[in-house]
Order: sequence, then C-alpha cells, then structure tokens
Amino acid sequence: MTPLLSVRGLSVRFRMPHGRHVAAVSDVSFDLAAGECLALVGESGCGKSVLTGALLGLLPANAQTRGSAVLPPDDQHAAPVDLLTVGERALARTVRGRRIGLVPQSPAAHLTPVRTVRAHLGETVRALTGTRRDALPPAVAAAAERAAFPADHLGHHPHQLSGGLAQRAATALALVGDAPLLLADEPTTGLDRDLVDRTVAGLRRHADEGRGLLVITHDLAAAARIADRVAVMYAGRIVELADAAAFFGTPGPRHPYAAGLLAALPERDFTPIPGLPPELDALPGGCAFAPRCARADAACAARPPLDGGVACHHATAPEAADA
Amino acid sequence: MLELTGITAGYDRGRPVVRDMSLAVADGEALGLLGPSGCGKSTLARVAALLHTPWAGSVRLAGETVTGHRFRAPRHQRTAIGVVFQQPRLAADPRLRLRDLIAEPARATGRGRELADRAAALADAAGLGAELLRRRPHEVSDGQLQRACLARALLLRPRLLICDEMTAMLDASTTAALVALVEDYRKEQGAALLAVGHDRVLLGRWCDSVREWDGDGNPAGAELLTQE
Repeated sequence: MTPLLSVRGLSVRFRMPHGRHVAAVSDVSFDLAAGECLALVGESGCGKSVLTGALLGLLPANAQTRGSAVLPPDDQHAAPVDLLTVGERALARTVRGRRIGLVPQSPAAHLTPVRTVRAHLGETVRALTGTRRDALPPAVAAAAERAAFPADHLGHHPHQLSGGLAQRAATALALVGDAPLLLADEPTTGLDRDLVDRTVAGLRRHADEGRGLLVITHDLAAAARIADRVAVMYAGRIVELADAAAFFGTPGPRHPYAAGLLAALPERDFTPIPGLPPELDALPGGCAFAPRCARADAACAARPPLDGGVACHHATAPEAADA
Repeated sequence: MLELTGITAGYDRGRPVVRDMSLAVADGEALGLLGPSGCGKSTLARVAALLHTPWAGSVRLAGETVTGHRFRAPRHQRTAIGVVFQQPRLAADPRLRLRDLIAEPARATGRGRELADRAAALADAAGLGAELLRRRPHEVSDGQLQRACLARALLLRPRLLICDEMTAMLDASTTAALVALVEDYRKEQGAALLAVGHDRVLLGRWCDSVREWDGDGNPAGAELLTQE
C-alpha cells in the first residue's frame, strides 16, 4: 500500500551568526500509512517540532532542508508532491489544512485571542471548503461536532476555554479540510490525566477512521496508548523505530537511549539518564548518545546507521537492551 | 513546617477558587497535592508560598503565624520557602544569563559573595556546565531552564520547597533528574516538600503521602494515597 507520507533522508540545518550551524534534524526517514499512528518521542530540544515545521513549510528563513517528504498522488494531484521543494504557494493552496491538518502545541495560544471559536471555524470552513456565508452556521456546527466541541461554547474566546476545550477547538480546525494526514505536536503537554485520556482517545479515533496520524510528544504514557509504531529521536536523529507493542511491552526498547528514557518513567525505575543531550551546534562525530551511555566503547566513535530499526551496534538483539 | 487552616482564596471579585481548605506539611515531610486543572491547587500553593493573600484563613510557617504576603511577608519567612513553577519561561527573567538567574536570590538578599560557591555547586548538581551558564533563557531548552529555576529555588537553603507542576512540561528523563535533585537536597537539609501536580503515578512515587482534590476546589474526602 502506498504510504500517506514518505520521508527520506530529511535534514534541517539552521544558519546562525558567526558561521555556526545547528543541525536540528539529521537524515530522518520513515513512512506513515493510512489508519496508522506513528509517535515521535524524545527529550525536549531533540528536533521533533522542527520536523513538523519542515513538513508544513513553516520553518524560519535561516533553515536549510535536504532530503524529501513526499505525499502520493491523489484525486486532485496527478503527481507526487515533495513538501520540501513544492514552494510556499502550493503549500498554502493545496497542502496545509487540505492534505495535512496540524493540531498545534499549546492550542489556546495558537488561536487568535480576540476571536471566538465560531469565528475561527467559520473562517477556516470558508477558506478550505468554499462554503457560502449563508450556509456557514450548519457547516461550523458540523465541524465542531466532529471534534466533540460543545456547540454552546462556540461563542467563547480562547481565554474562556479550558485546556481540554482549546485542544478540541484546535482539533476541529485541523479536521475542517478533511486532510488524510494529521500532525499533532505535543497534544497532551500540560493537560491533566483525564484530559490526556480524552485527547488521546479522540486522536486515536481519527486514525481508526483511516487518517494517518503523526504524534510528536515527550509523554511516553500517552504515546504508549495511541501509537502503532514509535520513532525515538535523539539529537536530531531517529535512533529507534519499532512497533509500539514491542517497544512498550516485550521485548522492550533496543537502543540504550530509548531504554533509559522508558526506565526514567515513575511507573518504572524513575532513574534519569545521566548528563544532558549534546548541543545541536556541536554534535560529536560518532554516536551522539555515547557520552551518556554506560555501554559506550571504541566502536561508538563511528556513527551507527539505523539498521533493522535501531541505530546502535550494541542492540543487535532485542535482549541486548535489558543487559 | 507549614500549616494552612481554613484557607479561602480567589481572584478579583469572582467566586473563591479555594474554599475552607486546611493542610499541614511536617518538617522533612513530602506531601503531594493531586487534582485536575482548575481545581485550585496552584492557588493554594501560591498562598503557601506567601505569593497570594487569602481572603480568609491562616498560614503558619515553622510555628509562626504569617502576617503578610508577598513583599509584606518578613524576609526570614519569604526566604524559608523555595518555589519552582510549571513554566520556566514565565518564571525566568529573559535578560539574565543562567548563572545570574541562579544567583538572583543571593543578590536580592545581599549575600551574593557568600553564596557564590553554593550557586556554582548547585548549577553543577543540576547538570549545567559553564557553557550553558553563559546563555540566556531563549538559548536553552525548557528542561535546561527548569534545572536552573530549581537551582535558584534551592540557593537560600529553604526549609520548605514548593513545586507547582514542576515537571508538567518535561520529558521522563528530565523529570526523574529534577526529582532526584530535590530529593538529594531534602536528604541533605531535611527540608519539607509540597509538590503540586496532576500526575498520580509521579506524585505517588515521589511523595510520602498524596492528597487528592476533586474538580470543585475541595478535597475529595480524606483520600490519602501513601507510598508503599
């Protein structure tokens, strides 16, 4: 089956003053199929959100991208679309909202503070579907209902919404264009457990309805409940790509970093990984995790490729992570 | 160490966010306060931190009744409490380098020179190297900034540490690292802890006991979850 999104060798570098470069994303490759949820997990600052920005063409002007991120042909497009090269005009007219919906981080801050949820939805419905003004009220009500946003709150401004309702308003906006692919950037950050459960269930429902869902999160508990596959990012690279059931259950993570991240959960060992992630403008030449890894050896001086779903020569067998 | 009795608190003329709430944290005790968003737990934490004046009720700190909040609280009471907030970006002066951010309470109390070594030791314990200490908040990650904010809260050796959703924005490893730093400090100084949050598993693992609130700003009965 053709994937909904096919990312190959995606790298993002930021040009900084004094000739510095920040390698925010390096050589990332993955596929995302319809009805599938891929969770991209990792520590803050590992490049997860930059990846979302790259896919939607929302990076600042000093960003340089390499590689490809291809959407397959569909009813409206005879040829595949490479998101990295297609240009701002095409992204704005044919991709954002129409082929890729974004559920942003901090939805309350993402909404315009002086406009009601009804005004937000109305504008989006008109822009994406061409609905006439007189047909807007029922279309707005239907859009709100798809994300279970209560109709009696449509007249509220963003600051009058709880975290959960702001999340649903943002999801409703992302669903207006019936995009087959949804990106959710830290959808559960700062929410309490009940809201996390509801948000996760809502997003999962959209995947079950046949959408592709890319969830970017540092909340491993939420990732365990929503994802079919997990990609663990460290210092801008995917270091492990695995089935979620195997990753969170048995045999568990295979990369030492992924194992450390999971072990840090309070329901597990609750022990942190020693040290801090490397700065992205001064990455070590070999394995970026080696300075923090208890099992580092001379072979870690060479950068390990993502081979068989894991980028570490220690982790050839699933049991290796438990050693 | 901390006794809150019959606290009612709110904002402006709205209905109170916290109604007739009482709570006590003994010397050296770690108490978790668990509840959903909007239940009033952060307001109660702000009252306990002497940052918000309650409408009714009394606050006692180390056996002494608190007579004023914010700048009206006597210095020895203010400096007995260290506070870490949920969002480090809102709690850090964007103009300060991390080194100066950590040393802020020492300068504010005129003890900059005396506490210089301690500030450096805390930065080291928080995993912040010399290069990071030269940076300003916009040049570091949330996790790195929260490490600096925690070091700042521990600088004056508070006898009570209040952590209001300290780790809600952070990943699992940074969360475990910050909790370990707090626990090392508490072991060394015998300080009390009031940890506010909505992660039942985290608070259960971290604190001696956990008190749960319902969504109405009231304690949910007398439910206490005690660590095994």
